[in-house]
Amino acid sequence: MADPTGTVVVLAGGLSHEREVSLRSGRRVATALRETGHTVLEADVNGQLLSVLADADDPLVFPVLHGGAGEDGALREVLDVLGVSYIGSTGRASHIAFDKAVATPLVAAAGFATPRQAALPQDMFRELGAHALVEALASGIGFPMMVKPAQSGSSLGCTRVESADALPAAIVTAFGYGEVAIVEEFIEGREVAVSVVDLGDGPTALPAVEIEPVSGPYDYAARYTAGQTRFSAPADLPAAVADACADLAVQAHRILGLRDVSRTDLIIRDDTPYFLEVNVAPGMTDTSLLPLAIEASGVSFEEICSSLVAAARGREESASA
Amino acid sequence: MSSLEMPRRSTRLDPYVDQYAERTSSMTVSAVRALFAVANRPEVVSLAGGMPNITDLPLGTIGDAFNDLVRSAGVQAMQYGSGQGELFMREKIVEVMAEEQIHANPDDVVVTCGSQQALDLVTRIFIDPGDVILCEAPSYVGALGTFNASQARIHHVAMDEHGLLPDALRTAVLALRAEGARVKFLYTIPNYNNPTGITQTLDRRRALLDVAHEVDLLVVEDNPYGLLTFDGDPVPALRAMDDQVIYLGSFSKTFAPGFRIGWVLAPHAVRERLVIAQEAAVLSPPVFSQFAIAAYLDRFDWRGQIVAFRDMYRERRDAMLRGLEDHMPAGTTWTRPTGGFFVWVTLPEGLDSQALLARAVNERVAYVPGSAFYADGFGGRNLRASYCFPTAERIYEGTRRLGRVIAAELEMRATFGLGAETPLHRPGLGPAPDLS
Ligand SMILES: Cc1ncc(COP(=O)(O)O)c(C=O)c1O
Repeated sequence: MADPTGTVVVLAGGLSHEREVSLRSGRRVATALRETGHTVLEADVNGQLLSVLADADDPLVFPVLHGGAGEDGALREVLDVLGVSYIGSTGRASHIAFDKAVATPLVAAAGFATPRQAALPQDMFRELGAHALVEALASGIGFPMMVKPAQSGSSLGCTRVESADALPAAIVTAFGYGEVAIVEEFIEGREVAVSVVDLGDGPTALPAVEIEPVSGPYDYAARYTAGQTRFSAPADLPAAVADACADLAVQAHRILGLRDVSRTDLIIRDDTPYFLEVNVAPGMTDTSLLPLAIEASGVSFEEICSSLVAAARGREESASA
Repeated sequence: MSSLEMPRRSTRLDPYVDQYAERTSSMTVSAVRALFAVANRPEVVSLAGGMPNITDLPLGTIGDAFNDLVRSAGVQAMQYGSGQGELFMREKIVEVMAEEQIHANPDDVVVTCGSQQALDLVTRIFIDPGDVILCEAPSYVGALGTFNASQARIHHVAMDEHGLLPDALRTAVLALRAEGARVKFLYTIPNYNNPTGITQTLDRRRALLDVAHEVDLLVVEDNPYGLLTFDGDPVPALRAMDDQVIYLGSFSKTFAPGFRIGWVLAPHAVRERLVIAQEAAVLSPPVFSQFAIAAYLDRFDWRGQIVAFRDMYRERRDAMLRGLEDHMPAGTTWTRPTGGFFVWVTLPEGLDSQALLARAVNERVAYVPGSAFYADGFGGRNLRASYCFPTAERIYEGTRRLGRVIAAELEMRATFGLGAETPLHRPGLGPAPDLS
């Protein structure tokens, strides 16, 4: 093991709807880093954070924040301004990736399959008349349909809609989580997540993880109650399909300018992977997908966390050299 | 990275997933529970929790007393104790209950780990899977959890602003028995009900006890808030009117919840079984806590402390009611509690308090969605707003934020032409108790 210097500040919590998940992820990362010999401070995003960072010895931030300012890039931009280095994508790239309305078209433009979708701010419904717009969505996108907040994770605020009369309520639900709702074609198929890690020698896809809820949808309860979902890693896919999934995830990572680690969620229909979304702060809980992918790659979670720290420290050195 | 050589692993992440007892099948995480993680942040005005405010307790003096306790009686206080609870504790409990005109014998008291464990013991000794427990609509979420864990069938009985409806109780018992159900007991919170804040009037209590006699129904009275009366005289406990009632009490709200000391007062034969069940559950309730609470009751003006608690909570209740008056959009109604911790809000038609919670968290205010207090998914139009923990100013600010959240949701629903047609209430059971 390298001789780690300085303090790794694991940032978890925050004020987002996913605070609980983030706290769980943060604890897991902090433990992994302590076990690999790092000095670790765990911090929340609050009024003390800036002084915690100012007082820490050579801090390197490991953000494990899901949703809100932690994932949308705002906090990372603050770290840039402060000159504090961190693991993961830059503020700008996070901002783009977190906004499904911006990220999906960029991935589609590179030639990958994506669901037909529309990103609609609340005002659009007021200005165009909700009734007319709902009708247009129903005929333009068709059913079943997925309605979700543009900025949120863990499937909070998401509804699968089967018919036009259920659409308005689903949109109102999504607006409970933010200003923009995504209405998209529901792609029926196998649900797979591909994590990408870059330890300094370019982004590499980890084995795909397939997700099969034991019953019902992969909703919040299915995600975070152990036993409610079956995970297979590596996913049981024909080699060509597995390669296509890996390629999509790596390319999404590149196209969106992401750094260090990301997780792409996709659906496979007729052997074609469809891009759903990319996460710059993938969950790290005991029931999360990235840790499962790491395990399936034959490396330990602790090693990867430690290597991410080493890679970020290396970046600091080459920047100051 | 060395990939590809690893064998495929297919896992549900829990090797015991097929081995859990049937009764745990509903014990999953939920998105609502997750949102509460945010409610604990200081930026958020939490009208969600039911934590008592104990910051005004004289901690220095209590500390000295506990110090003396360890030095003078530590060896007994840190030893195993009686399954029924220490005699000195039960004598003190009898003294406390006398404040509510309950006359009891210390022999009939069983000390428990909070009244929550009293609920669990009573449920254990009476309930087989499928047996019916009647309770108010709505009722305390923690009781529903206990009842569910023993696979009871929970049947809600309607209430109005004076509490449970005696006729509805009779009808429910007779109808359930006619279909062959085994109706075991009525669980009721007559004083400052959790979650509604409603108190049964004296007439209502008499009528309820009459019905219970008439149909031969056991009554379990849960009364953690009875001494926290803000206005007027307290109404006598059901147990003060009928000594066949099983009565649950607690020090959590009149002193401090961390000791985890509550009790159950029961007729002799029931008490015998409770003691045996208690020994099986925990051997003896926390002995140190009993010594500590007895020391507090002996050495402090605990009655004076309760008066201080009443004044503090009254001010907070007033701030809550003033705030609701000033900020709630038209169509919103709420209860006006005369004690305890909670106000029950009924939202304008069509709104769903569970869906609204995400928006509320964005606005930095939290509450408990009404459906938590129903075993059957009802309560979507309601929410519980508690005024026990935040300061009066924060409570007032919380109602302002809540008003904005409701107004924004109403506006959004109007944009989409969503009216009241969303079926959030069930015929016959009202959005009870709606006091509009
Ligand atoms: C109605 C009711 N019963 C029981 C309890 C449990 O109290 P404890 O176990 O702290 O005595 C509570 C706590 O909020 C309550 O509101």
